[in-house]
Amino acid sequence: MMTRNQLRRAHGRFMEAICLLATLLAVAPLAAFLWHLVAMGAGAMTADLFTQVPLPPGESGGGLKNALAGSLAVVGLATLAGIPVGIGAAIYMTEFARPRLAFLLRFACDILSGIPSIVMGLLAYQLLVRPQHHFSALSGALALAFLMLPVVVITTQEMLHLVPGNLREAGHALGIPAWRIATSISMRAAAPGVLTGALLAVSRIAGETAPMLFTAFGNPYFSLDPQAPIATLPHSIFTYAISPYDDWHRLAWGGALMLVLGILGATLLSRFILWWHQRHLHA
Amino acid sequence: METDASAIPTAELAPFRPEAHALPPLSTGRGVDRAFRLATGACGMLVAGVLLLVTVFMVRGALPAFQNHGFRFILSPDWDPTNQKYGALTFIFGTAFTSAIGMAIALPLGVLTAVALVELLPRGLAKVIALAVELLAAIPSVLLGLWGIFELVPLVRQVELAIYRSPLGLKDLPIFAGAPMGVGFLSAGLLLAIMALPFILAISREALSQVPVAQREAAYALGATRWQAIRRFILPYSWKGIFGAGLLGLARVLGETMAVTMVIGNTPQIKASLFATGYTLASVIANEFTEAPSDLAISALISLGLILLVLTILLNATARFMLFFLNRRMSGVGAP
Repeated sequence: MMTRNQLRRAHGRFMEAICLLATLLAVAPLAAFLWHLVAMGAGAMTADLFTQVPLPPGESGGGLKNALAGSLAVVGLATLAGIPVGIGAAIYMTEFARPRLAFLLRFACDILSGIPSIVMGLLAYQLLVRPQHHFSALSGALALAFLMLPVVVITTQEMLHLVPGNLREAGHALGIPAWRIATSISMRAAAPGVLTGALLAVSRIAGETAPMLFTAFGNPYFSLDPQAPIATLPHSIFTYAISPYDDWHRLAWGGALMLVLGILGATLLSRFILWWHQRHLHA
Repeated sequence: METDASAIPTAELAPFRPEAHALPPLSTGRGVDRAFRLATGACGMLVAGVLLLVTVFMVRGALPAFQNHGFRFILSPDWDPTNQKYGALTFIFGTAFTSAIGMAIALPLGVLTAVALVELLPRGLAKVIALAVELLAAIPSVLLGLWGIFELVPLVRQVELAIYRSPLGLKDLPIFAGAPMGVGFLSAGLLLAIMALPFILAISREALSQVPVAQREAAYALGATRWQAIRRFILPYSWKGIFGAGLLGLARVLGETMAVTMVIGNTPQIKASLFATGYTLASVIANEFTEAPSDLAISALISLGLILLVLTILLNATARFMLFFLNRRMSGVGAP
């Protein structure tokens, strides 16, 4: 028979074991996913994957050149629009806006970042696809720009908040105009963090599929025309994953590995930028 | 000796010229300053404008469906494009059921993992595990769907078969009704749990690590075991933060499209069974939008998007307010 004290100790041990088991379960899906991805994707990573367009079902071979180029084009277009506007908004919120307005704008960003990506796709559809009566790379880029905007604003703002107020005050004391303080002092001090945030935003939208379904629409051929339907990597992965053909499944896994490597590369690059910056800061 | 005022060499002092002392940046910078402020302000307004734009356009796009069906649209289970009859209930049920399954798995798992990371494991190991789970958040949902089709669904089918054949008669329970196919609510819910986990873990971890050290010390001073300290002193303190984590996780899960679409089976039916196939708000938009037969069908699908939009805005706003006030209370502790 256990004493009361032994009982509560045993109970504590038991609950701690459950917590550790939960941790194991939380890590398991990532491990299983990565294992399966590498196992299935490595075989599909051939030169053809990068240099060929997909073939019709039944013919073996083919690649994802169109989707890779399409993704780069659409994400590139979205980045060109999303990053400058996002950084500008963040500068306004931290450097110029009154606290109440800044709070409201930040709240709007928080809400925006929670809106499902498929809804942003519906917005881009109504803004561009419906009036133009055709799907286009441009509408896909618009949807992605909407999606990345709050991410860029929030990370940039957080980085600007980390810049000590003293630096800005020093600038004011020297009679430097406000725009120079914002660009040459605040933004310069926050630049590595802002770059990290931008990379994060790009890697987030690079994997978006839902809004592409009815904006970029997909295209089995190679195209870089902004006014024409275009294939994107995540959308092609979706199409080939739900198809019944083994050869298309292989393409899907190859594309998946390509996408993960891209996202992982961006993440590692951002970490490296931060690390490099910090080393130089302390040197 | 008297000094002659005229003997002081005034002539050597340069005559005062105010223009030489004016600060050049101030006088030349003002126009640029104003332009810069305006430009960044325009960017700021654009961000707010996107929120307005999405609300206005979603309402406008949904209008025809609501004019045609009235608010019965929300509560009607019919979805019959050939007869122009539309209702959202089937999909609201699908979204609610899959989200409930996802949260029922992710919330306890996330909180328990957060406890392990903050309270039990050595700091270095905890950091590595936290990073790994955060990496999960970076994986696009279409890739989790791909993994779901080829690995999770076959696994779930095995589990379902085991339940189906179990001698205990588990298959007669309504929650296990239906054929063990693998695709369906259970697979979708599991994928949603995986996607919500990083969010819940991150916020729970933050809430737990904000508990003051004194709270912990007080527990140990009273002779509590480590688990008693966690259960009675630390978890109650971070309860609101964890609730906020749950709301944010739920808001993310509601709008998840791709992974769910790939494993739920896409059948418009209301069946509260883990084995049953179904359809969610987001997945019906993804599947039927480009093949919508009429403008009314498109409007009905946009209305489903509007329902998603309203739900996520409400959930996010509530969660943000809770976390905001919580942070204010926390930072208010001990402040003058």
